[in-house]
Amino acid sequence: MLRFIVRRVLSAIPVLFGLSVILFGFLHVLPGAGPAEAILGQHATPQLVAQFNHDFGLDRPLYEQYLGYLGRLFRGDFGSSVVDGRAVSSVFLVRFPATIELTVGALIFAVGLGIPLGRLAARHPNGWVDGLVTVISLFGISIPIFVLGYTLVFVFGVTLHWLPAIGQLDPRLRVDPVTHFAIVDAILSGRPNAVVDAVAHLILPSIALGSIPLAIVTRITRASVIDVSNEDYVRTARAKGLSEGRVDSRHIMRNAWLPVTTVIGLQVGGLLAGAVLTETVFSWNGVGSWVVAAIQNHDYVVVQSLILIFATIFLLVNLVVDIGYAFLNPRIRYS
Amino acid sequence: MTALEPTIVVRAAPRASRGLWGDAWQRLLRNGPALVGLVCIAIFVVGAVLAPYIAPYDPTVGNLAQGRQGPSAAHLMGTDLLGRDELTRVLYGARISLTVGVIAVFFGLVFGSVIGAVAGGVGGRVDTVLMRIVDVLLAVPGILLAIGIVAWLGHGELQIMLAVGVSYAPIFARLLRGSLLALRESDFVIAARSIGASGPRLLLRHMLPNALTPLIVQATLALATAIIDVAGLGFLGLGPGDPRIAEWGEMLTDSARFLQSAPHLIFFPGAAIVISAIGFNLLGDGLRESLDPRLKR
Repeated sequence: MLRFIVRRVLSAIPVLFGLSVILFGFLHVLPGAGPAEAILGQHATPQLVAQFNHDFGLDRPLYEQYLGYLGRLFRGDFGSSVVDGRAVSSVFLVRFPATIELTVGALIFAVGLGIPLGRLAARHPNGWVDGLVTVISLFGISIPIFVLGYTLVFVFGVTLHWLPAIGQLDPRLRVDPVTHFAIVDAILSGRPNAVVDAVAHLILPSIALGSIPLAIVTRITRASVIDVSNEDYVRTARAKGLSEGRVDSRHIMRNAWLPVTTVIGLQVGGLLAGAVLTETVFSWNGVGSWVVAAIQNHDYVVVQSLILIFATIFLLVNLVVDIGYAFLNPRIRYS
Repeated sequence: MTALEPTIVVRAAPRASRGLWGDAWQRLLRNGPALVGLVCIAIFVVGAVLAPYIAPYDPTVGNLAQGRQGPSAAHLMGTDLLGRDELTRVLYGARISLTVGVIAVFFGLVFGSVIGAVAGGVGGRVDTVLMRIVDVLLAVPGILLAIGIVAWLGHGELQIMLAVGVSYAPIFARLLRGSLLALRESDFVIAARSIGASGPRLLLRHMLPNALTPLIVQATLALATAIIDVAGLGFLGLGPGDPRIAEWGEMLTDSARFLQSAPHLIFFPGAAIVISAIGFNLLGDGLRESLDPRLKR
């Protein structure tokens, strides 16, 4: 098991290394005259460009610049925004909690609804419930996050006034940002109405972001349960007179979990990317809306660093999923 | 029971063979959901092709005094912020979304297939290097890679096609490489090799045609995602960058501020994206079942 973990961790290193080379290239091979023009604008004087290049070490050989970049990355220095001069790492720590909250909310929605729906559909394959569930999951993967987001805002926010449509907390509640997790901060403030408000703010964005994982989790659960239900040991369990509930919980679900857990883990990458769109629709101050703002401001250092951070998180999650899977299913460790 | 009884030989009537593709097509036509998908796609293809003839107005000319009107007899889908006819813009938007989506997937298919074919066909060190590059591209999740590439290349339809295409290439590369590796050990490939078929001929004549099925299915499903991703880029302000061009994603961004007073401006372009994506998803699933009947549920 330890060998498997070490091998998996080692295999992630060249990927990150390769990505850092590409992202370094991205900033240095910008179309046009390079980063100086991209950041200072087309009308910058040659003196200004030279000064800029000297300040940022851009007049040194490329390999030297890359090694410097790599060294800074190892020290946790992801550079600073060229727009407001703030360090990427410090802004990230303030904004990332909102994205985590959103991702977790979407995952809870997708898993909490997807697994029961999948089990329901698998109970009578090709029946009308199955058909309905299939249609729901087809919509889930075919509707863009922003279309579903605005539809939810229009129906539940603007028309029915059931749920707040924008932001993470009502600013009138004046909750102090301590951890930057809106719900945790609301709990720390000790006011139940603030907690309710924070949770209510999370509902619509979680549904919008969770629609694709919902569809995928539902489909995989359905397929996996149907697969396992046809196994001989399930027939044996029924034949020896076990109750349907016991067959379901002890014989079917225990084995059907394996592919479902893997797929749930793999959704995290898509959720992080989807957060870019979701946070834009719901005006969340997370990392996703920051990516969009950075692109609009031509703040390439931020874009470069955020892509690298997202990829690192994605690889880490995949690593945990792989190791978790090997832990649950010893058969694959040695293959 | 020793007497010989006359035996009746019943021969199955020889079925007219239509070939692999003909059979698949027939199965597809008997697949209800796939037909629904084909109809969804056909509506938009016809709308896109005939837009200049069937669209009731000019997509670029509006009347500010008639901005943000709801659906009416004169404007079936209402008018947008600048008083342009929304139906016309949705029809013209189909041109952009379908063309950009199809060409993006085509780019992805070509880039990916070349990488996958070389990796799976040549093997060895070449395979290792190419697959590491694919791993790097796959490490950037979902639409983020396309966002990064458009941010880098700048606005424009070609840039979007390239960005979305490059972000899909790794998926096709892995798929094709996997199929080729599996085929390498199959009997007919070993037979072809034993009678002296050389590398390129073996790859192009014997292996590639047998590895096409999963690629075709994946490409059709990718068309659904591509239309959503292209609209997503437009929505984030990374679209074609020309306000005259009707693009479904950009149409949504423009209207989001007026959600309360003009929800139809979100509804109609949104519905266009959803229906075309459903079309390609249904067709993709149908193709999978008809090209490989063993997969039928």
